[in-house]
Amino acid sequence: MGKTLYAKVFDAHTVAKLPSGQLQLLMGLHLIHEVTSPQAFSMLEHLGLPVLFPERTFATVDHIIPTKSQLRPFSDSLAEEMMTALERNVKKHGIRYFSTDKGEQGIVHVVGPEMGLTQPGMTICCGDSHTSTHGAFGAIAFGIGTSQVRDVLATQTIAMDKLKVRRIEVNGKLGPGVYAKDVTLHVINLLGVNGGVGYAYEYAGDVVDAMTMDERMTVCNMSIEGGARCGYVNPDATTYAYLKGRALSPKGEAWDRAVAYWESVRSDADAVYDDVVKIRGEDIEPVVTWGINPGQSVGVNGKVPTAKDVPENERGAAEEAYAYMSLEPGQQIRGTKIDVAFIGSCTNGRLSDFEEVLGLLRGKGLKVKPHVRALIVPGSQSVRKEMIEKGYDRIFTEAGFEFREAGCSMCLAMNPDKLKGREVCASSSNRNFKGRQGSPTGRTLLMSPAMVAAAAIAGEVTDARELFGIGAA
Amino acid sequence: MEDPKRIVISGGGIPVRGNDIDTDRIIPARFLKTVVFDGLGEHAFEDDRGQLREAGKTHSFDEPKFQGARVLVVNKNFGCGSSREHAPQAIVRWGKGIRAIVGESFAEIFFGNCVSLGLPCVTVDEKTASALQTSIEQNPAAEVSVDLASKTVKVGGASYPITMPDGPRKQLMEGRWDSTAELVGNRDIIKATAAKLPYFTGFV
Repeated sequence: MGKTLYAKVFDAHTVAKLPSGQLQLLMGLHLIHEVTSPQAFSMLEHLGLPVLFPERTFATVDHIIPTKSQLRPFSDSLAEEMMTALERNVKKHGIRYFSTDKGEQGIVHVVGPEMGLTQPGMTICCGDSHTSTHGAFGAIAFGIGTSQVRDVLATQTIAMDKLKVRRIEVNGKLGPGVYAKDVTLHVINLLGVNGGVGYAYEYAGDVVDAMTMDERMTVCNMSIEGGARCGYVNPDATTYAYLKGRALSPKGEAWDRAVAYWESVRSDADAVYDDVVKIRGEDIEPVVTWGINPGQSVGVNGKVPTAKDVPENERGAAEEAYAYMSLEPGQQIRGTKIDVAFIGSCTNGRLSDFEEVLGLLRGKGLKVKPHVRALIVPGSQSVRKEMIEKGYDRIFTEAGFEFREAGCSMCLAMNPDKLKGREVCASSSNRNFKGRQGSPTGRTLLMSPAMVAAAAIAGEVTDARELFGIGAA
Repeated sequence: MEDPKRIVISGGGIPVRGNDIDTDRIIPARFLKTVVFDGLGEHAFEDDRGQLREAGKTHSFDEPKFQGARVLVVNKNFGCGSSREHAPQAIVRWGKGIRAIVGESFAEIFFGNCVSLGLPCVTVDEKTASALQTSIEQNPAAEVSVDLASKTVKVGGASYPITMPDGPRKQLMEGRWDSTAELVGNRDIIKATAAKLPYFTGFV
């Protein structure tokens, strides 16, 4: 009987069975950032323990960094204090730090892959739930809390139970103007925001096979929004082509041995799954969320469901969402007026995300509606630099977008980028929770970058396929 | 020092109703701008509380009658979203300190974070969660008692079954929820496991 990638990688990293019955799992790569690490370092120091494998922990700064100017000291003294604490901790413990000075800084889930750190067959953790992103490479990657960050610093391991594995096959083809973001939002809508609790998701099928690494990262990124702590794609030629030549990926003869190891961790053809879900790519529409969790979504030409349309146990959440979002059940989602458009985040802040939007905008003379504040926030300094070298910044600016420095920005608003009052934001990020984008009453509509761009130009939610003529002969 | 064993947790109850209450609601991101966990308690559910106040209503965390509560009763998928440990850190630091959470289901990372803090999250069915919440609302002075040994929760003479995976339940009951202490002893096996993984040695 064959094994899944999850089982192979988990077993190879199992150190011991703990007295509690949980397993002690070795972590191959530990990423840290300024928000969830300072308390972990304090606890470590309190215990008088050193960092066991400092060469397997890497740091960057993303949540709190301002995107208008990265100049120090930051005007927000709390942000400056967190930055200083991170700098002190990495220096003291000999941890490599992807800093702004070196031009290596960015969102931790954008930087890890682009540096070639994220590789197949690894276990990867970070004090951030969107660590699931790294599963795109065929790694077991998941978010942890600060006490576990302490554990990883002290022992390079955590205590964990083995998850079940659900294979999600997306077969067939996506229609024009339907993206990886729509696939992941569709899956969450179908299986529910807690449908993945207790599972690792293995994404597969024609559509996933055909995806670029950036697209696979978008899909794996939002596994956690479906309740699955991690999601992964089996590594293949696309994965290896992405990794080849990256700053920290294996070189020379080591490369060939690495590929052999990576091939060996793929799920076997006869692997047994705890559950299998099959989806037709043709059934997926450009998706827009209408509510206050990422499962409350609808196709762009659909209507906000009425209480009758949703299962009984979700009605309370639906009622709460109608009130918070000021949307009427049965109303078309299309035409919902927006105030802010945000393209960026660990979900959709990679070069290809901006190139896709640029391809749609270019040469059409389209402009952002005057009442809309539209932000383009690269996921890393490296992405930003390449955009500038290619002149993308100018094209975006001319179309009425603000072109910013790299960071998490308005995805979670721990920095100056925030919604004001009851503003509505069309956002390429991952969470539409109440208050998520910085205003306690701010409203978020999640969608693909192309759909955000279309909303920015129309001033309201609209079908990007029509506005940009996507797929028109 | 406080006894680390968590067997019976008793005290006043407090209900927070609703499914899918995410960690951004438990502790909004702006309060994560800190290098310590101190002071988070007073900001637990801050925005939910503010919005209810504006609407002329009161969040349970603002009700004087629930101020001494030790046992929080919630519904489905509590603690979903961000991995921020600040969420359970805020809950254990609120008021006199919440010492157990009873709910229909919990998000995985949140559940694990709670175990790390010695805070049991136990599961009951939908009817029981609702019955417990109603009972606490009607009689806030009643003691709620979560018993990890007999796997029951009791309030006002009624007793309901609770579930919790055996691993964490045993850890909490035996006072072995300090994960670092459990893990740190295996240093030699950790290094041996690492030595067997080709990427730990750079594929040489």
